[in-house]
Amino acid sequence: MDATPKQKWSLAAVSIPVMLWTLIPLFWIFSLAVKPQSIQADNKYFPREFSWENFQLITTGTASNLFNPALVNSIVVCLIATVISVVLATFCAYAIARLNFPGKKLILLVSLAVSFFPVISLVTPLFDLWRNIGLFDTIPGLVIPYLSLTLPLSIWVLSAFFQQIPWEMEQAAQVDGATSWQAFRRVIVPLAAPGVFTTALITFFTAWNDFVFAISLTSENARTVPAALAFFTGASQFEQPTGAISAAAVIVTIPVVILVLIFQKRIVAGLTSGAVKG
Amino acid sequence: MAQIQLNEIGKTYADGYEAVKAVSMDIADGEFMILVGPSGCGKSTLLRMVVGLEDITSGDLSIDGKRVNELAPRDRNLSMVFQNYALYPHLTVYENIAFPLRLTKGAISDDEIKRRVSEAADLLELNDHLERKPANLSGGQRQRVAMGRAIVRDADAFLFDEPLSNLDAKLRGQMRTEIARMQRRLGVTTIYVTHDQTEAMTLGDRVTVLKKGVVQQIASPRELYEQPVNLFVAGFIGSPPMNFLPARVQGNSLQLPFCEVSFGEEFAGKVAGKELVIVGLRPEFVKDSAIQEPTANAIHFEADVDVTEWLGNELYAYVPFEADASVQAKLDELDRDLDGEGMRTQMVVNLESRSRVREGERAKFFFDPMLMHVFDPETGENLTRDEDAAQRIASESEEDRKRALERAKRQEAEASA
Repeated sequence: MDATPKQKWSLAAVSIPVMLWTLIPLFWIFSLAVKPQSIQADNKYFPREFSWENFQLITTGTASNLFNPALVNSIVVCLIATVISVVLATFCAYAIARLNFPGKKLILLVSLAVSFFPVISLVTPLFDLWRNIGLFDTIPGLVIPYLSLTLPLSIWVLSAFFQQIPWEMEQAAQVDGATSWQAFRRVIVPLAAPGVFTTALITFFTAWNDFVFAISLTSENARTVPAALAFFTGASQFEQPTGAISAAAVIVTIPVVILVLIFQKRIVAGLTSGAVKG
Repeated sequence: MAQIQLNEIGKTYADGYEAVKAVSMDIADGEFMILVGPSGCGKSTLLRMVVGLEDITSGDLSIDGKRVNELAPRDRNLSMVFQNYALYPHLTVYENIAFPLRLTKGAISDDEIKRRVSEAADLLELNDHLERKPANLSGGQRQRVAMGRAIVRDADAFLFDEPLSNLDAKLRGQMRTEIARMQRRLGVTTIYVTHDQTEAMTLGDRVTVLKKGVVQQIASPRELYEQPVNLFVAGFIGSPPMNFLPARVQGNSLQLPFCEVSFGEEFAGKVAGKELVIVGLRPEFVKDSAIQEPTANAIHFEADVDVTEWLGNELYAYVPFEADASVQAKLDELDRDLDGEGMRTQMVVNLESRSRVREGERAKFFFDPMLMHVFDPETGENLTRDEDAAQRIASESEEDRKRALERAKRQEAEASA
């Protein structure tokens, strides 16, 4: 899209305030993370002194026994949830896009309705159930609720993708001698790759950022980073753990930033091409 | 190599719509069969039933004598070129062509795949593009890749679904001859769907003309042109199309809008009891009296020319006439069947380019009444069809076809020797 200079200026005028609005708190966290403990409460936005003391505290210091296992848990839970969600959503969306079966509309509607439920309303019954069946404080105990959060959106995004792929592609593959599975794996999935990436990232971020499930359904063994942050304590009861929390927040933001930078183009393609035919 | 037999094939959709009605045909080994007709005549549906992408509602489809109605597309060993090519956008040209071979799960070695792909690429002149993606190719190149994917496998037959309709006119002409050459060289049974009658006439050994799911005529292009069985086939084949003129039967003569044609006893029996008939006269059979010497039995007439179109190699003259109301209804219906626009009734005359006939002037024409067709206005049946001549044309073109195939095989043998 070529914009005239006037359009460019007006776009900049709108987007710069939005960027500032979102970046100021982010930088603030970074600033708090690198401020040494002594000047933590100096009320200055830009740090006067730099130190890695907060990072040391959470990775090797006193908070490390809280943070490091949580980081591992976060990574494991998110990867498992992402893989399962993408695989299930791909199959389900493919069926919805390609097959005509009774109740197809209903499935789509229900899956959308599920994602409208307030998360907090699920937590209490799940807490009871998980404790009874032994899923409380386990990795599957977190993966399952994350799937229920992310599957609806994944199915919607992916089925929009599959619907875009011309039927002829698959028919050509069948005539070329492919079984249905071969046609799906060698033609349909590669063509839907942007959609698959998008759903994978959405799932990963949802699980990565979740706090409510993580704090309610875990205690020691499966606690993820967002939940673990709440249990950070200062060196003494008069000290706030702000610096440590900020340092942990910076560390868990890094994978998100890297993923977005790598897949930026694909995400944009994924989110828009479902809606706009191109 | 395969014979394909269709026996009373029918297709009824779930909503009760009958797209194809009891179509029967025998396609010989190595024959180039064309399915042609206006849009919605069921030709593509028929092709898709043969390849297995559509279920067959009734009838039997057999390949080499074996019934294949229930076989999945991949088990029928046919290859198909789709209208929009259906290339795989994520694969290179090489991988697109190799795709059918890769599906065999290692039954074909990488070296063998390489050999066959480069053989196909040689044939289709795709060698410079093997590493490119389909999105970066021109329409003609994509078309050739689609054909490459079809020929790389030793399929029993090739099926084409309007393969040239997305190309511009010039390229279409080139690809048409390319397809003809390839089919002759490989000698593979081919079914080709088109709505373009030039493709139908030039490519086919035989042509099946379909209308609303019903076969009208299966014959060689020459027979379709010279001995059409009914009004529909006569109007569909030929460009510009055959002129249909209402004619009143009076005693032993036909009263046409511009002239009177008398006929002999033999023909009288066929029009007995009919008051009105439709006369079909091809534009190219009418000549300009000013520049050409009339034949002995020629019918002469004078008419006002409305519009002329000079194309360099020929000149079209349009001569309006009044049609009888009772025949007009039939002609309008025919026009609709042929995807026409229901325009005014006029006769098109295809004259030599040196003709001095100009628009708005009165001109003198003549034609040979032996070349005229007479159709029954109710049934549309051709009353002047000569079965013996049709038989002769059919056997001649069958001989031509066999000779061409043998020649191709001989050349192939010489080339490999």
